[in-house]
Amino acid sequence: MIQINGNEAMQADGMSIADYLLSEGYVLSHIAVERNEVIVSKKDYADTRIQDGDVIEIVQFMGGG
Amino acid sequence: MDTNQKENDFIIQNGKLSPAALKRKTELENNPASRTDHMAYLPDMEQISSDIRDKVLAAMNAYEPDKYTARDVLAALSHDRCSIEDFKALLSPAAEPFLEKMAQRAERETRNHFGNSTYIFTPLYIANYCENYCVYCGFNCYNDIHRKQLSMEEIEHEMKVIADSGIEEILMLTGESKSKSSITYIGDACRLAKKYFRNVGLEIYPCNTKDYAYLHECGADYVTVFQETYNADKYETLHLMGHKRVFPYRFEAQERALMGGMRGVGFSALLGLSDFRKDALATALHVYYLQRKYPHAEMSLSCPRLRPIINNEKINPLDVHEKQLCQVLCAYRIFLPYAGITVSSRESASFRNGIIKIACTKVSAGVSTGIGDHEAKYEGSEEKDCGDEQFEIADTRSLKQMYDDIKQQGLWPVLNDYLYV
Amino acid sequence: MIENDTFTLGGHTFSSRFILGSGKYNLDLIRAAVSDAGAQIITLAVRRANTKDSENILDYIPEGVTLLPNTSGARNADEAVRIARLAREMGCGDFVKIEIMHDSKYLLPDNYETIKATEILAKEGFIVMPYMYPDLNAARDLVNAGAASIMPLASPIGSNKGLATKEFIQILIDEIDLPVIVDAGIGKPSQACEAMEMGAAAIMANTAIATAGNIPEMAKAFGLAIEAGRRAYLSGLGRVLNKGGEASDPLTGFLHN
Repeated sequence: MIQINGNEAMQADGMSIADYLLSEGYVLSHIAVERNEVIVSKKDYADTRIQDGDVIEIVQFMGGG
Repeated sequence: MDTNQKENDFIIQNGKLSPAALKRKTELENNPASRTDHMAYLPDMEQISSDIRDKVLAAMNAYEPDKYTARDVLAALSHDRCSIEDFKALLSPAAEPFLEKMAQRAERETRNHFGNSTYIFTPLYIANYCENYCVYCGFNCYNDIHRKQLSMEEIEHEMKVIADSGIEEILMLTGESKSKSSITYIGDACRLAKKYFRNVGLEIYPCNTKDYAYLHECGADYVTVFQETYNADKYETLHLMGHKRVFPYRFEAQERALMGGMRGVGFSALLGLSDFRKDALATALHVYYLQRKYPHAEMSLSCPRLRPIINNEKINPLDVHEKQLCQVLCAYRIFLPYAGITVSSRESASFRNGIIKIACTKVSAGVSTGIGDHEAKYEGSEEKDCGDEQFEIADTRSLKQMYDDIKQQGLWPVLNDYLYV
Repeated sequence: MIENDTFTLGGHTFSSRFILGSGKYNLDLIRAAVSDAGAQIITLAVRRANTKDSENILDYIPEGVTLLPNTSGARNADEAVRIARLAREMGCGDFVKIEIMHDSKYLLPDNYETIKATEILAKEGFIVMPYMYPDLNAARDLVNAGAASIMPLASPIGSNKGLATKEFIQILIDEIDLPVIVDAGIGKPSQACEAMEMGAAAIMANTAIATAGNIPEMAKAFGLAIEAGRRAYLSGLGRVLNKGGEASDPLTGFLHN
């Protein structure tokens, strides 16, 4: 199983993180990505493939105090 | 006393010196180039990393006592918390007309923080050998005095006499000679003192952290080191030879003592050596910054003024009269309300009776600054082979007299409230 | 002295002493609030991204304003560290406000976990601004852990109850050498002003502005109040008359020269 931001996402299996983010319409400059609790730096998006068992978090800023 | 006197003449002629020693002494006194660099640590001296000296000296050098006005003083007295700027105003000449107001404020702070308690202790000099040439001190190595170092048996005898008088807190002192009064010797004396007293303080040569840790283990819990003057240039002209000549190592002694596990540390400038307002500022800031860095530590201040010594009756504290001393003590109390303040027997009984009401929280009683003469002094027995005194005391009251006089002032004499842990 | 009055956080110098929160209000109002308040620092939270939001808060924050991500949502030091690292990965600088709570009723910060997180993040080069309950011992630990400032709460976060912890904040201001920024609970400009008069280095406010009738106007009111309090502090407050007479016998009568 693959989990992205808490949702099951088997359709991402085998995709690079870059491809996945672009296919979902994320603005790369505004987000950060964590794969299995390790941050994936932006330069590694293209070379990092999403595999079965991955838990991925994609975060951004929002209003907060 | 000549009230316009600007400098003391400290130099004493000593006809008993060998020609070589006399030559060396004269050379040190007259030729600054013959003296070592007072800012350079010696090889056996530990160097710790600390920014406190820089902060204290920068503030002292920038301090201009004459720029403060009556308005600054009144503003300082109106503030709940005394800032460093307020403290500078309180130390300035502009504060002198407000001494009574300062005393009232200081009295409130003292009573708020210490209640009506006044602590009593006594000093015990166990040796007067010294390897330093500090021109104003009776123990200096070129002064012709009778030298003595007590054996452990003699120390124990002194302690018994003192403890029998009722004293529970002792401050052990040596001249500053590491070769004569080794750390082991002082440590052994601490172990003895633990048997007779509940609180053991030391006023010895500055040493390294591991030595302080050892002495703490032996039973000492308090270390007092007087910087004498915080003006390094003036310091250089007064401490002509020996370990004590090294200004920064002495400055950092209290911090090393705390690093070594001591519970408390004491500070002082010897007022009259240099500009007393600047020295008072530096002393208090030394306490202030160290307290912030080591908030668990107990801090105390003393405020000795120069006194006559054996072979030089003329030494005096110049422009630091009782009023100025009282001003400094009130300012210390207002700026550092939590700090203990000790007033020694260098001051008169009338001054000490007055100042314990205002600012002072600890006094000595039954004092001798000589070596091995407590039995003679306490019990009137014949004086045997004793070592000469460091300076002349002004208040010779015994513990009993001091105890009664403190009560007479409406205060409560406390011999000890201390637990060694 | 008043004209060039600045303060420094992790080597960055600021002239505005108002740190604005961006929570609980419309993105459209952020630009106005920042400019009317004269704020140079704005806090942000880190959350899961949602691609359905076409708008991103970063697009609404004026150029040159320093971003201060918080770790809200973290319940312990590990979670705070994780959130801080993600925030830095977004490439908006090294600042982080540590906010760790595992009390959902009062939302009080956990000082112990906050100290642990501060130590880890300071070592990683973050400019760490810990939100904390005003306890002197914890504040000293935060200093030793490498914090760039201390952010004690005035009252529970979001409560607008004002300076409930005034005495304790004063102790921190007196004893801690870092900037003390009063955070959380400040509900009115007068309270912000009072904290500045006490010697606080800056004020952080969010809910007071977010729940005001006119957000940009309230932001401006806070900005003015903070500046007024700062000027009063620098000027040295005047005296307060106390009742009570003076002793008739002088204390210093024993002195002679």
